[in-house]
Amino acid sequence: MDLALKSSCFLQLKKPEAGFEACFSSKRAIISVKRYTPMAAIRTTQTVGLAETFTRLKKEGKVAFIPYITAGDPDLSTTAEALKVLDSCGSDIIELGVPYSDPLADGPVIQAASTRSLAKGTNLNAILSMLKEVVPQLSCPIALFTYYNLILKRGTEKFMATIRDSGIHGLVVPDVPLEETETLRTEAKKYGIELVLLTTPTTPTNRMKAIVDAAEGFVYLVSSVGVTGARASVSGNVQSLLQEIKEATTKPVAVGFGISKPEHVKQVAGWGADGVIVGSAMVKLLGEAKSPQEGLKELEDFTRSLKAALP
Amino acid sequence: MASNIQFTGLNTSRVLPIPNPSSHFPSKMLQFASFRTANPSSVICSLTRDPSYVAPLEEHAKTSNGSVLLQRPDSFGRFGKFGGKYVPETLMHALTELEHAFHALSADEDFQRELAGILKDYVGRESPLYFAERLTEHYKRANGEGPHIYLKREDLNHTGAHKINNAVAQALLAKKLGKKRIIAETGAGQHGVATATVCARFGLECIIYMGAQDMERQALNVFRMRLLGAEVRAVHSGTATLKDATSEAIRDWVTNVETTHYILGSVAGPHPYPMMVREFHAVIGKETRKQALEKWGGKPDVLIACIGGGSNAMGLFHEFVDDKDVRLIGVEAAGFGVDSGKHAATLTKGEVGVLHGAMSYLLQDEEGQIVEPHSISAGLDYPGVGPEHSFLKDLGRAEYHSITDEEALEAFKRVSRLEGIIPALETSHALAYLEKICPTLPNGTKVVVNFSGRGDKDVQTAIKYLKV
Repeated sequence: MDLALKSSCFLQLKKPEAGFEACFSSKRAIISVKRYTPMAAIRTTQTVGLAETFTRLKKEGKVAFIPYITAGDPDLSTTAEALKVLDSCGSDIIELGVPYSDPLADGPVIQAASTRSLAKGTNLNAILSMLKEVVPQLSCPIALFTYYNLILKRGTEKFMATIRDSGIHGLVVPDVPLEETETLRTEAKKYGIELVLLTTPTTPTNRMKAIVDAAEGFVYLVSSVGVTGARASVSGNVQSLLQEIKEATTKPVAVGFGISKPEHVKQVAGWGADGVIVGSAMVKLLGEAKSPQEGLKELEDFTRSLKAALP
Repeated sequence: MASNIQFTGLNTSRVLPIPNPSSHFPSKMLQFASFRTANPSSVICSLTRDPSYVAPLEEHAKTSNGSVLLQRPDSFGRFGKFGGKYVPETLMHALTELEHAFHALSADEDFQRELAGILKDYVGRESPLYFAERLTEHYKRANGEGPHIYLKREDLNHTGAHKINNAVAQALLAKKLGKKRIIAETGAGQHGVATATVCARFGLECIIYMGAQDMERQALNVFRMRLLGAEVRAVHSGTATLKDATSEAIRDWVTNVETTHYILGSVAGPHPYPMMVREFHAVIGKETRKQALEKWGGKPDVLIACIGGGSNAMGLFHEFVDDKDVRLIGVEAAGFGVDSGKHAATLTKGEVGVLHGAMSYLLQDEEGQIVEPHSISAGLDYPGVGPEHSFLKDLGRAEYHSITDEEALEAFKRVSRLEGIIPALETSHALAYLEKICPTLPNGTKVVVNFSGRGDKDVQTAIKYLKV
């Protein structure tokens, strides 16, 4: 049994319209039964947002480790356990993907995970109610990764209010480029959600500057031209891209897409990234495991190996 | 004469009064004129006539009576609230580059001449505006009165459908961009065949994405594409139909954007595609205007076209959008019926959302997940629709109706027997709507149906349903 003492700052208001500026800080003792929690620890860390997390890590001379998993694959209770595993193995932020019928920016691994998840009947409400229970047990913030149509359908403002209510801190929307983000950013800001923006190797310099200016939480640098999915190596181009971004902003930069091995993680950190994002490789472990238990065990080992490669 | 028909790029942006200008996107973030100097496609630099192209065009202008006019589309590719560029950031630069090239080439006389020549001698334009005598007779009322039916014979184009107009122009554009690898999506296979054809003609590498399910029901077209030297890649993800083939083509483009041009086959997708594909098909409407003048010294009264993504309809309508006395009628696929849940009537039953790069009406569930459409016609079997159609619908400028599989099959048979022309199942939807509209039209009304494609490709499907 593991005792986690946390001071959390998340919204507990039932009615979203009842003023969201208020954020209650409450000291609560949570006793959770974590089957997969490897380290018994008494935590006193406060769950803060994405940007603050980077600030803290920077002071400690650390690089953020950001895993991605698709919600509902193989099922939502496994996702809940996976979040706890990832958190207890030292993840600094967790990116949680909402399954979508037409995930344009995703490669075969995450596409297949989305299809499986949707076939199981996963929907946003179910994901959010799972999060409402799990987030208070986590010490790291969650960023939701979702395609735009799911936000539009719910209504942007209502969407932001709902995810904030579930304890989510950040948002990544891969099919909305800068020009279309105005409404998203306004509503996200209103509800204290940090809207992460992506820049890529094909983004011209001036455009990159406008993107990093508008980005919140962190700047997401897409490592290669393409969709999500593991690649044999990380493009050397990333080093100069990182340098260029660093010249344009003091905001933290995390590198993602195609990063799947401890040596990749080490390399990218060495190039000066403030964070590394590993997605498809994580999703594959959970998706291809013989049982959820086995998948979670592999996820734990894998996370440890990646984390160990980082300062 | 084909040579006097040109697409004219910027000049064709029309103005329309819009009821709610507040839905319009502010332009203050649109100024990304600079490029990475190391960009490999240096061709663009020589083609880009004037960097001010990317500066926001004058989007709103007041008319003398004070009503707000909207450019169609505006500088960010919006038709009112519809359209836009909802794509991964990786593609944004390629879309800007494409838009520049399109505008530059629309003012390039050599390009225009080359395109006109190919449209005339290779595609076989202009296509006839044919008076359908027996069909007209069929719709005569007891007193001998009724509308006059004309068919715009896009089925007589090379490859048997309107699709080649766009494919040939985009292939030429790709050549100018210095891109030698072409990708495309296809549903029925008509756009795939058209793309494979022009790639053979211009010596370009060609990869066609097609849903595995569509490959089965359109086996003939799969063979045609392979015969023409294209690689046909089966898409098994999602529901293995047109929407998944489109997603896969976009993913390929995201991955190979630096070497590849994506020949999108409809007036859908991110800006500039809806505008560009419309312009490449606008030749249909321009010829129709000229031919109508020659044949009866006037304009058509009613234009009818089938709508999947909406390219043949937009090609016919565009020329006449500002002629308020011309009725524009789009016909969608009602499948088993619009209330059956098995249809592709996006404008009739859909809700506004974002798919494949554009905001438009969509078939989606209460969560915002895209719903699989159904139509007997693979070319109409798409859950989205071109953003300009959504705009014209909301504006009330065009009417949109739907026709069931069964009604389309009846028209397929009727037109084959009355006119000796086998229509594509897509086109059969437009022809079926004549049954509904003709009894309501005054004597002598000039109706033009866009005969978008021929039906040879559909006989295997029709055999299953029709007893002849």
